[in-house]
Parts: sequence; C-alpha cells; structure tokens
Amino acid sequence: MPNNSPILEFKSDSFSVPVLLLFTNDLQIIEQQLKEKVDAAPEFFKNSPLIFDVQELNKLDRPIDIAALVDIIRQSNLLPVGMRGGNVKQNKEAVKLLIPVYSAHSSNAPSDTPKQKDITPETIESISTTILITRPVRSGQRLYSSGDLVVLAPVSAGAEIMAEGNIHVYGKLRGRALAGVQGNTEARIFCSDLQAELISIAGNYKISDDMRDVVSKKPVQVYLQDHTLIIKDIV
Amino acid sequence: MTRIIVVTSGKGGVGKTTTSAAIAMGFAQKGHKTAVIDFDVGLRNLDLIMGCERRVVYDIVNVIFGEATLNQALIRDKHCEQLYILPASQTRDKDALSQEGVGQILEELAAKDFEYVVCDSPAGIEKGAHLAMYFADDAFVVTNPEVASVRDSDRMLGILSSKSRRAEQGLEPIKEYLLLTRYSPERVRIGEMLSVADVQDILSLHLLGVIPESKSVLTASNSGMPVILDEKSDAGQAYADIVARYLGEDIPHRFIEEKKGIFGKFFGSK
Repeated sequence: MPNNSPILEFKSDSFSVPVLLLFTNDLQIIEQQLKEKVDAAPEFFKNSPLIFDVQELNKLDRPIDIAALVDIIRQSNLLPVGMRGGNVKQNKEAVKLLIPVYSAHSSNAPSDTPKQKDITPETIESISTTILITRPVRSGQRLYSSGDLVVLAPVSAGAEIMAEGNIHVYGKLRGRALAGVQGNTEARIFCSDLQAELISIAGNYKISDDMRDVVSKKPVQVYLQDHTLIIKDIV
Repeated sequence: MTRIIVVTSGKGGVGKTTTSAAIAMGFAQKGHKTAVIDFDVGLRNLDLIMGCERRVVYDIVNVIFGEATLNQALIRDKHCEQLYILPASQTRDKDALSQEGVGQILEELAAKDFEYVVCDSPAGIEKGAHLAMYFADDAFVVTNPEVASVRDSDRMLGILSSKSRRAEQGLEPIKEYLLLTRYSPERVRIGEMLSVADVQDILSLHLLGVIPESKSVLTASNSGMPVILDEKSDAGQAYADIVARYLGEDIPHRFIEEKKGIFGKFFGSK
C-alpha cells in the first residue's frame, strides 16, 4: 500500500485503577459499606473503573458469589474491570461475566499479613501506603496515593494530586490537591505555601477565588470541620 | 558517546528553531561533530534558518521510509563543516514519523560518531513533539517570560519526565535546562513581563541562559544565518554563552539587568 499511515496500534500502557479489597463474604455488609464509601464522594466514584480483590477471602476460605458481587458493584455506579486473587472456580465465573482475571501478585498489599480471625471492614483504612515524590509535579500530571502523599517539591498549576489519606507539600502548592478522596473526613492537607487552584477534603472543596484572603508564603494546614474547610496556620 | 538534546517548549513561536540552529552551530564551531534534526514535518523551517533550503533533496521522512539513505539526506552546513542538517518533509504530516524510524536514525548518527544531535521539536505535545523528545538525554526548554509559555513549558516538563525513553526504561531522568528567550529587562521593570526569578519560581529549573529580545534574531533568520554567527549581537553572544555553559564552562549570566547607558538613564527616569 502506498499510504503508510497506520490504522491501529497496540501499545502497552499503565493506568492507576482503584482496587477493592474484600475481607468478608457477607454481601449485605459489602453492599452497605460500598454505598457509604461511594456516597461520601459520589462524583469521584461515578463510572470509575474498579478491580475487586478476593485473595484475602480465599486465604480465609470464605467463598463469595462473584455474579452477585459484580451486581452490587455495578449498582454503586462503579465499573468492574477485573478480578484479582480468585481461585479456579471464581476465575471461570468472572470470565463468564466478561470480567478479566488478574493474578494475585500485588506490589503494595503485603502478602504475608498474619491471618486474623475476625477481620472487620475497618481494616480497609489500615491497608495504605505513603507515596513520596521528590521531583516537581508538573502541569498536566496526576498523582494518586491510596494512603498519604508527601511531595518534597513544588506542585505546578494544572497538576492534580490526590490521596485517600493526608497530603503534605513541602514546596509551593499551585495545582489541585484532593485529600481523603475515598471519603475520609479526617484527612488533612499540609503545605508550606498555599497558592492552590483547588483544595478538597472528602469532596468538600474550595477554589482559589475562595482563598484570596489566605496569606501565602507560610505553612498552613487544611482540615474539615462541620463540612467546611478550615485553613489555619501551622505553629 | 552521542548526546541527544531536544529543544522543546510546548508553545509555538518562542524560539525553538532559532535556538536549535544557534546551539547546533555553537557545538560545531567548538569542533564537535553535530547534527540538527527538524521534527516539524509539514511546517519545515529549520532549513530556512540554517540557510540550506535550496540544497534540500531528501528529508527525514524519506530516510524513515527507506527512500533515501541518511547520508543522502544529511546536508553539510556551508559555514561549518562539523555541522549537518537533517530537514523535515514539507509535504507530509507528523504521522509519517515513527518511533522505530527515529530510533534507527539516531542510532545511525551515533555510529557515525556524531557527538551532539539537536532535535528541533515542533510546538504542541502531539506525535512530532513526542518523538523529538522521546530519545533525548538532555532537554533545552525554551520559554518566553509570559504566563502561557511558562505553563506550556511546565506541561512539557511533565511529559519529559513520564513519557520519554529514559522514563519508560527507568534510567536516569532527562537533564532539563531552562532557556529564557525574548527577555527584556526594561519590560520586566515596568511589569509587562515575568522576571527571571518569577519564571524560575514557577518552573524550578536550572537556568542555562537568558537570550535578550533582539532585532538581530529576525535579521539572522531572514538571511539564513544562525544568530550565533553574528558575534556582535547580544543574542548571538547569549547563545555562545549558553553553548559554553552547557559544555561545562563557568560563565556569569548576562542580559538579565538593564543596560545603564545614557539613554537608559534618561528613559529609565520616566
């Protein structure tokens, strides 16, 4: 063919996708907890892709109905795009539901956690990692941490940093910072110079226009009190 | 060892091609075998700035498609025999470039003992710009002292640190340098332009040099002579400083302060 312009191309790319770790096979409790989490930040979760992880359940030998679980996830406006850590039977079920199957290997979930007999759903909060960034976060870049996020460099305007836990920025914060994105209202944002376009904790946000009276060039913290963001000097 | 330098900015019209031509000539004048590649397929300009537009037979797209060898496409500069130009195609678009093809050309240049390869990136962040920076070891980020240019440079820096070969293979990151072009201390003083400090505050980047706003740049472009050859001009000297600084010489920065001539004092008091 004289025309060499390509029609399509396969490329390997990596995406960050939230993973739902399950510690109980009680579908009712799962449904209720999931609803609470999603309701805390509905816009964030709406149509978000999701991989669910059943490896802890299989370790404890607690079978779960994959088809019913997928239904619950879909009802919460999440789009399940994969299952991780399933056994042979679960993998077959998942594939039948057109859900891709991933192997149990995980880089951030500790694999040799001691087995607990009564794992309460609260454990979800404790499985988190802190991400440390030492280079400037540039305009157009997005970062997500399932735990805390610590940035030892400036965050440029047009950049977006998100964490399920706290956010610390030890440089100028000019971009967007969203802490507690999974609904953790206790999350805080700490930064040495607040010039952000937007700050948010658990879905409650302020844009830079609302922060005009905030004196920049000194360390501040942001936290949530009665659904209002409070910006206060540290010291 | 071949060092691949990308001259990039995100925004258009900030002086990428002028800079590419000037620094490539600067390296070559210092005795380093240098190639400068125009990645702006479809909007070919580098050949004009280098004054070799009448000698273009084959271009980078011909080489990628195997219609010509690299030797046939490389044009030796008429001022300096250590300098070669690989022009872009004017009749194709950026989709004609491929990562594999560009990689092969760069490998071939390395095999021919080129010391520096300067990649003149097109504006934007699409395919042409992506391929220009993908294989780079160093990036010269050309920025004008105004907010839109600074933000686009910031965006480009993000792409350099995440989508380049070095980032993908987990190698040492691309070394990034800031070149502030079209700088006018007078306009900074009256608040029409961002200062060097303002730009560095936003980009937190190592400043390689400041090129003053200068008529000599336009004159040089129109006459097809890289501005660095105009040794009397301030812009030419600024580029010479940049080349020397990049090669490791310790030269103080110039052109950041206003000139204090008798006229400067007179107008400055207004």
